[in-house]
Order: sequence, then C-alpha cells, then structure tokens
Amino acid sequence: MSQVIVLKGLMLGVALSLIAMILLPPGRRGRIAGGAVLGLGLGFGIAATMPPGYLAYLISFLVMASIYAMLALGLNTQWGYNGHLNFGVAGFFAVGAFTSALFTIEAPTGLAAAYTQVAFGLELPFLAGVAAAAVVSGVVAFLIAVPVLRLRLDFLAIATIGIAEIIRLVFQNERWLANGPQPLRGIPQPGRCLFQSARCDWLPEWALWLVEPLGTRDYNAFYLVIVAVFLAATYALVERACRSPWGRMLRAVRDEEASAAMNGKAVAFVRIQSFVMGAVIMGIAGALYAHYMVAIDYAHFHALFATFLVWIMLMLGGSGNHRGAVAGAILVWGVWSGTSFLANALDPVLAMIHADMAGRAHYIRWLLVAILLAGVVLYRPQGLLSEEMRVSRYLRDGRGR
Amino acid sequence: MSAPPGSETALTAADPPRLGERLRAAVQTRAFLVAVVVAVLVGLYAGGVAAGASAEHLASLTAWGLMLGGIIALGSIGLTLVYGVLKFPNFSHGALVTLGAYVTLTVMALLPAGRALAPLSFGYELIVGVIVAMPVVGIVSLAVDRVVYRRLRRTNAHLVLFAMASLAMLFLLQSIIYLGWGPEFHFYYPGRPNPALALPFGIRVRADQLFILGLGIVLMFAVAALLEWTRMGKAMRATADNPDLARIRGIDTERVIAWTWMLGGALAATGGTMYGLSSQLRPEMGFWLLLPMFAAVIMGGIGSAYGAMVAALIVGVAHQVSSSFLNPTYGPAVAFVLMVLTLIIRPQGLFGRPEG
Repeated sequence: MSQVIVLKGLMLGVALSLIAMILLPPGRRGRIAGGAVLGLGLGFGIAATMPPGYLAYLISFLVMASIYAMLALGLNTQWGYNGHLNFGVAGFFAVGAFTSALFTIEAPTGLAAAYTQVAFGLELPFLAGVAAAAVVSGVVAFLIAVPVLRLRLDFLAIATIGIAEIIRLVFQNERWLANGPQPLRGIPQPGRCLFQSARCDWLPEWALWLVEPLGTRDYNAFYLVIVAVFLAATYALVERACRSPWGRMLRAVRDEEASAAMNGKAVAFVRIQSFVMGAVIMGIAGALYAHYMVAIDYAHFHALFATFLVWIMLMLGGSGNHRGAVAGAILVWGVWSGTSFLANALDPVLAMIHADMAGRAHYIRWLLVAILLAGVVLYRPQGLLSEEMRVSRYLRDGRGR
Repeated sequence: MSAPPGSETALTAADPPRLGERLRAAVQTRAFLVAVVVAVLVGLYAGGVAAGASAEHLASLTAWGLMLGGIIALGSIGLTLVYGVLKFPNFSHGALVTLGAYVTLTVMALLPAGRALAPLSFGYELIVGVIVAMPVVGIVSLAVDRVVYRRLRRTNAHLVLFAMASLAMLFLLQSIIYLGWGPEFHFYYPGRPNPALALPFGIRVRADQLFILGLGIVLMFAVAALLEWTRMGKAMRATADNPDLARIRGIDTERVIAWTWMLGGALAATGGTMYGLSSQLRPEMGFWLLLPMFAAVIMGGIGSAYGAMVAALIVGVAHQVSSSFLNPTYGPAVAFVLMVLTLIIRPQGLFGRPEG
C-alpha cells in the first residue's frame, strides 16, 4: 500500500470507528473496541480498494451525513426529550454557520471590500469560531425561548417556522452583515495548510515526510475526522445528559408537566434549558457546515434542506433515541443522495411526458422525501429505533414503548 | 403555559390579588390587545413619516395594504376553519394557495385569449380560470385529507403528527408544483400594460387592485352568510366549537370536515390567483404568504372566520405601510411581530373566546 492510501485509510477509519461506536447497540462491553476494529478495518479496506472518485464521493457523503446527524441530535434534545415542536432548525443552523464564518474570516480590504461586505472578520482560529457559533446560537435561542416557549405546542411550531424564515431574510437582505444575498466566500478550513504545497509553519521538520504525498484533494478526509470527532463528542454528551437526572426531568416535563411542576421542577426554566441546548448543538453543526462549504449564502438555509430533512431523519430514526437520530440521519441522507441518481435516470421519462419537464427531475427527490415523512407519520410514528423508557441502567426493567 | 383565566378568578376570591395577577388580568384583555395593535400601526405610520414618505404615498400604501389584506383573508379563512375544526395548524395551506394560482394559469392557457375588460388588465379567461381552480384545489385538499389526515384522525393521533404530516404535504404539493410548472416566474398576462388610476387624495391604485379588494370583501361576506345562515355553516361552527357535542347532536362531522376542506381549498385558490394577478406566480408564493396567514388566524382567534378577515386586513396594512421605511421583503417579519404580540398578550386573539 502506498503512503497516501494508508493515510486516507487511517483518516476514514478513525471517522468510521467513531460513527460505528455510536451505531453499535449500547450496553454491550465491546462497543468501543468493536467500533474501532470495525471502523478501521472498513476504512483501510475501502481506501485500498475503492477508486479515488468514489472514495471522494463517499467521504463528502459522510461529512454531510455527520453534520445532519448533529442537527438531528440537537433536534432530539428539543423535541425527542422535551417535546418542543421546533420547525425552525434552519434558523439556528444559519446563525451558527454565519457566526463561525464571520469570526474566522479575513475582513476584505481594498478592492475586495467593494465586492464582499462583512460586519467584521476576526480571523480567529477554527475552534474559536465554533465556540462563537455555539454561544450566539444559544443566545438567539434564549431570546426566542423566553416569550415563545410558554405557548402551546402548535403555536411554537408556527412561531419557529417564522423565526427561521426571518433569520433567512436577514441574511438575504443585510449586505453589511454577511454580504447577502451574495455568497460569503473564503471561509478558512482548519488544517488546510497540511494539504497545500506550502506546508504549515507550525509543523515540525520531522513530520513533513508524513503529509508529503497528500494534496488538497485529500483534505475532505481530514475534515471528516474533525466532523466525526464533534459528532461523537456531542453524542456522548447528550447521551450522558439525557440519561442523567436532568434527562429524566426533561422527559417528566414532556410527559407530565403538571406532576413535574408539583415535584418542584421549574417547568419553564427546564424547557428553556433544553431548547437552548438543542440550539447550541445546531449552531455547532452550522459552524461545521460553513467551514466545509467554504462559501455559504442564505439559500443554503432553506426550510427544505435544513428543517424538513432533519425532521424526517429524527422521525425515521426514532425521536427520543440519540442512536436512532444518528442512524436516521445517515439513512435519510443516503436516500436523499441516492435519489439524485434516480432523478437523473428519470429525466428521459419526464421528457417523454412533456418537453418542459425535462430538467425538473430533481424535484422528484422532494416528492419522495415528502412521501417518506408522510409514511413514517402514518405507519411508524415512533421511528425505527423507539425511545428506551429506561429509568436507570441498574434496573433490569427496560420496557420499550 | 399560563393557567386558564377561570382558575385565577377562583384564586382571587380567597386572596386579595397580587400585583402581578392584577397586572396580568389587565393585560390579557381584548382592549389591551387592540390598543397594542393600534400602537403598532401608528408606529409604522410614524416610521414612514420619519423616513420621509409623503402623505399620498402612505395613503396609497394603505390602499395596497387593504388589497393585500383581502388576499391574506381569502387564504386565512380556510386555514382558520381547518384549524378550528381539526385543531392543527395546516402548513400545507400555503401550497394550496400556490396550486390555485397555477391551476388558473393552466386553464387560461387552454382558453382562447380575450380582450381585457378595461379598465381591468385581465379578460374573461382569468375569471373562468378561477372558477375552475376553486373546485380543483378544493378536491385536492379533500383528497389529501382522505389519504393522510383522516387516517390520523381514526387513530386519534397527537396534534404533533398532524402538524408534521401537514409539513410533509406542504413539500409534497410544492414539489408537484415545481415538477409541473418549473421554478420560473410566470405572469397571467406577460407584458400587458396596467396603468394606475388616479383617485382622490393622490391615491394611486390599479383597477385590478380595486377588483381584488372588492372580490375579497364579497367572498368574505359570502362566507359570513354561509356560516351564519346555512345548515352546513352552522354545523361547521358547531364542529369547530366542540366536535363530540356536535356528533351527539347528530351532525355528521366527517361530512362537515369534507366541506371545510372544500371551502378552504376554494378560497385558497382564489387568494392565490389574486396574489398572482397582483404580482407574479412563483412556486414559493404560498410559503411566503404562510406567515401572514397564520398571523391573521391567530390574531383573529383560531376558528373565527370573521376574526381572520379583520386581522388579515390589519396584517396587510401593516405589511405594506412598513415597506415605506423597511425593505419590503421584511413584510412577513412585521406580520410575525403582530402574531407574537398577540400570542403574548392574548393567545385566544381578538375574537376568540377564553380557553379552558
């Protein structure tokens, strides 16, 4: 095996191990070791055998699936554990993406400033951008939560769909803020210099040979590792939080608000906590998306891509089950990506029906995912992996719903 | 969740009311909500004046706002009836509005082009188109109900599943519109001149806009008459009020629901066509109207058709007047602010009765 294949296999393997650890059934002893072996084995196997074009496609697929899995995890803390009907995922996703972009981007000067306007460009490192995205998204969620969370479930749905649309309008109209409606370009990517011909200055001499054969095309594999680490950390965090007394309190407020209040839980405050926590996760997902795409604009945060797909992922995977949320995200993103091939195949058929319809085949994808969600709602509302109604891991009485 | 007002009065009988309670009782009244809405409208006009808009311009904006309000009202009557009868926010209503506009377009393409009915810019074919589109969209919304929502009703599903199913139907119908008509903008009469009439007080409106406003008012009165005086209208109101009681009194609620969908779909189709006539047809037009429509529904009080009509006019005027100093694309945001104010002050709206 050449050095490139080993390095790529390693990066893919690490990412796949992290995803496999999430997806393997919980409560078993070998979950972490098994995930590592499975992931690394698959990673090296795929890197060694797959043609480079397909490998690149697989990697970009996994990056997007992981970002969507983060969104689904965020929504799961809000909806699955605390029953917030948040139809405005796109709003927090957008806030996170633009915040991280503005914190890390280089403010344009001279001639470039005439074409790209930003409110500020702080040139901070990637992690600072992600942290800023998390904070700003959380603050926005808090400001929204205070008036809106007291409302009935259906009002919350209407209000959040409105908020997401307004956030999108702001990024569309306010040129001074983030160059809307033009895309905001040049968002830096973490560790990009490892893959460029002029290597990073912080890299020690002895390590140069290691990254020597890597080119900019291989960067996405490295980014996949970053996204997978974030995903695994988020998963571990929310899984731990939701199994803790705090998580039980969330479920108590969701299912029996009155009795939770009678037991001395500050219902309104608990609801705000879970809403903000979900929004923070969505904001981080937005930051990861911005640095992956390099250029973002308001159109990326359409309700279809950033709200609707996430809901399908969570509903299909199983609301109230973090593992289900991640599995659903990968599955639905697979269906969504797969239907693009189907849509291409259907193009001639549409052209036969009517000449005008050729080229509109990609809207069939919308049709299919809409039918998918309707099917889940009608036939399996609890999702593939239903919520585990378990009180404690020390009690054997783990009845499913 | 705030406690229902009834329990507060029970408390106050025993205790002298605390300041917070007395404040809340004073705030959660219809009069206070009306005052706030009036204050918002006055603020918008003041903003327009501060931005240097002339009185004539503001008057024209008000006239256009009333016209837009008529369009919003046509959409929100169906939305509020469905919300009242079936108790869920039907997000797919926006797509029904769009569908109506496009069905009219297709019907018009099949008809021979006629002369414009001066001073209006459109000919007989638009009227025929609307008349065809109304039952078509009504039947589409009825079919969606039969396939999706009725099944959920039978299993006594939670409100959330209805809301989610309606979100799915929104994107389903939108994708069908994209497939059938493509993402391009369409016009009913591309390139036809449509001069503004000069009315007294320097108000400049097009004849079409007056027609839209007139049609909106006529249809609103027709719906009001239907609800007030016909058997089906009374059954609709009864079902919205209390479905179980209605069933006990021998009302076939499924039939009532079917007619509610037909009526809502037909009015949505009219609203969509009028909106298409006043600007242009695009696949997202209904989604764009969704927020103003929900604002009207909530401000008017869910299930109250009259409330929705009045609130729609308010939302429409606020929407247009705000464009004198704000970017016009922020119109939905103005509607949203009115909606959130209503929800905070008095969630049952201007004309709704207290819950509980």
